[in-house]
Amino acid sequence: MSFYDHFKQFNWDDISMSIYAKTAKDVERALAKPKRDLEDFKALISPAAEPYLEQMAKLSYSLTRKRFGNTMSLYIPLYLSNLCANACTYCGFSMENRIKRRTLNKEEVAAEIEAIKRMKFDNVLLVTGEHETKVGMKYFREMVPMIKQRFNYLAMEVQPLDQDEYAELKSLGLDAVMVYQETYHPSTYAEHHLRGNKMDFRYRLETPDRLARAGIDKIGIGSLIGLEEWRTDCFFAAAHLDYLERTYWQSRYSISFPRLRPCAGNAPTSGLQPKSVMTDKQLVQLICAYRLFNPEVELSLSTRESPKFRDNVLPLGITSMSAASKTQPGGYATEEVELEQFEISDERSAASVEDMIRAKGFDPVWRDWHSVYSG
Amino acid sequence: MSMLKIGDKEFQSRLFTGTGKFSNSALMAEAIQVSGSQLATMALKRVDVNDQQDDILQPLIHAGVNLLPNTSGAKNAKDAVFAAQLAREALGTNWVKLEIHPDPKYLMPDPIETLAAAEQLVREGFIVLPYCHADPVLCKRLEEVGCAAVMPLGAPIGSNKGIVSHDFLEIIIDQANVPVVVDAGIGAPSHAARAMEMGADAVLVNTAIAAASDPVAMAKAFKMAVESGRMAYEAGLAGQVSHAVASSPLTAFLDDL
Repeated sequence: MSFYDHFKQFNWDDISMSIYAKTAKDVERALAKPKRDLEDFKALISPAAEPYLEQMAKLSYSLTRKRFGNTMSLYIPLYLSNLCANACTYCGFSMENRIKRRTLNKEEVAAEIEAIKRMKFDNVLLVTGEHETKVGMKYFREMVPMIKQRFNYLAMEVQPLDQDEYAELKSLGLDAVMVYQETYHPSTYAEHHLRGNKMDFRYRLETPDRLARAGIDKIGIGSLIGLEEWRTDCFFAAAHLDYLERTYWQSRYSISFPRLRPCAGNAPTSGLQPKSVMTDKQLVQLICAYRLFNPEVELSLSTRESPKFRDNVLPLGITSMSAASKTQPGGYATEEVELEQFEISDERSAASVEDMIRAKGFDPVWRDWHSVYSG
Repeated sequence: MSMLKIGDKEFQSRLFTGTGKFSNSALMAEAIQVSGSQLATMALKRVDVNDQQDDILQPLIHAGVNLLPNTSGAKNAKDAVFAAQLAREALGTNWVKLEIHPDPKYLMPDPIETLAAAEQLVREGFIVLPYCHADPVLCKRLEEVGCAAVMPLGAPIGSNKGIVSHDFLEIIIDQANVPVVVDAGIGAPSHAARAMEMGADAVLVNTAIAAASDPVAMAKAFKMAVESGRMAYEAGLAGQVSHAVASSPLTAFLDDL
């Protein structure tokens, strides 16, 4: 049994239609309930909920304060390599892009660690492209223990791995893994993943099951908004969360909602236009809907979004933010911009994001873990 | 009002506080000071134990509040014991609030791991205050392995639902030979007062103060509620009757026999 078996019961078109069929009455009923289910979630992300956005935001704000208090966790991505054997239409690291490839060695990683430590971060997200031989388990075995020595909380956003590999990485100090399905629509998924291991929809879909079975503390899921009709794709992410929480009650979960952004490259696939455009207002609606659906889930917002949007959406349900991100390997220790996975919208320093968080009346949390609980 | 004694320490205030969820550390420190609390708990995972200038530790140490490091984040006895040892070494206190929740959604305490960790920590000389369910048998077992107090929950942590475990807390308080501190779920001063009227020895409040619009004023409200509830308990509440008492005694006939 895995989410794949559960997933098969859902029909994309039926779900899509039922979301669009939701009425103001359904939204009002969802808002009035103390605990909300997937049908309520559909109502809350439907067009019928748009006039209720202010009410949703107020509820989302207060549920988030009750659970997470007046705090905001901070993390930073650490890009280790842009080597990639996948061809994905939306990503700057796609193998078809003719760009300078780089994988950091131990000395270079050490320099990045020092630069990150100077910014106060204690929660770091390791990111790589997918390259089994050069950036696979052998590389992770070498880098994870070294990086973990300097950070209490270590997350990863790399290619999906096997359960025993996750268990091994956990023993080396890995705490969290982000693995976004990109889209839950199988044929759209196939259109965007043209070559490489990432073509395997099912293996990716079952990754959170393997993570939970390996005992990884936190599992991050989500869809890349823009590849498919966003409401239905985000419904699937919510259904995925619901399945995971019921099946693996000892794991912690987070959801991300990256919106498709322009990326580098001169491959024929560059300049991908989103199939489904999500407005700022709709992203706020989605954030509030996730919170109203699940008061405990962590909601994470990256620097893909603009400073103005981030500053204003911060109190409405978000629990963690990245700051000062550089998406090219070696980007913290060296200034030169080589190649980015995607463009950063919020280019402020960690210190100025920290100041902004305080000015909004929140306590920036750099550290919320002790490595004694890892492994 | 009588003093509360736990382990080797005496407390005038029966309100224990938490340090999480405040919008900044100055507000946290002010709220705790106004609450009159003499014992505040902090998560080992949130403090930098090697830094005496730490945002959370420094104002508490400065205000002379006793530190109660907690093991929040521990999923099993092994993690919790390790965390307690680290906290003792770094903070110089052998007090520990033992929290083990394998479930990150509702943060329910694991009774089996908690009992195992409590037993070991007591053996290692810790003053152990375990956070646990309002389970009367578990509380007796924790007392038997040497815990200095028990901290049963009033309601799910962070829920602000009040004393929903009332009937079980009554049994725990009735049976206990160690102080009973009602922890978790207290959302309003009236809930705290109710716990104190029932005879709880103290309450621990965090979310209800930290997430209030005015945490400092709320801290004061809790201080007053806890004092008033304790005073009422010590004064002896008049018994309640749910029906009218018959005016002619039912047993008067015995006098005629």
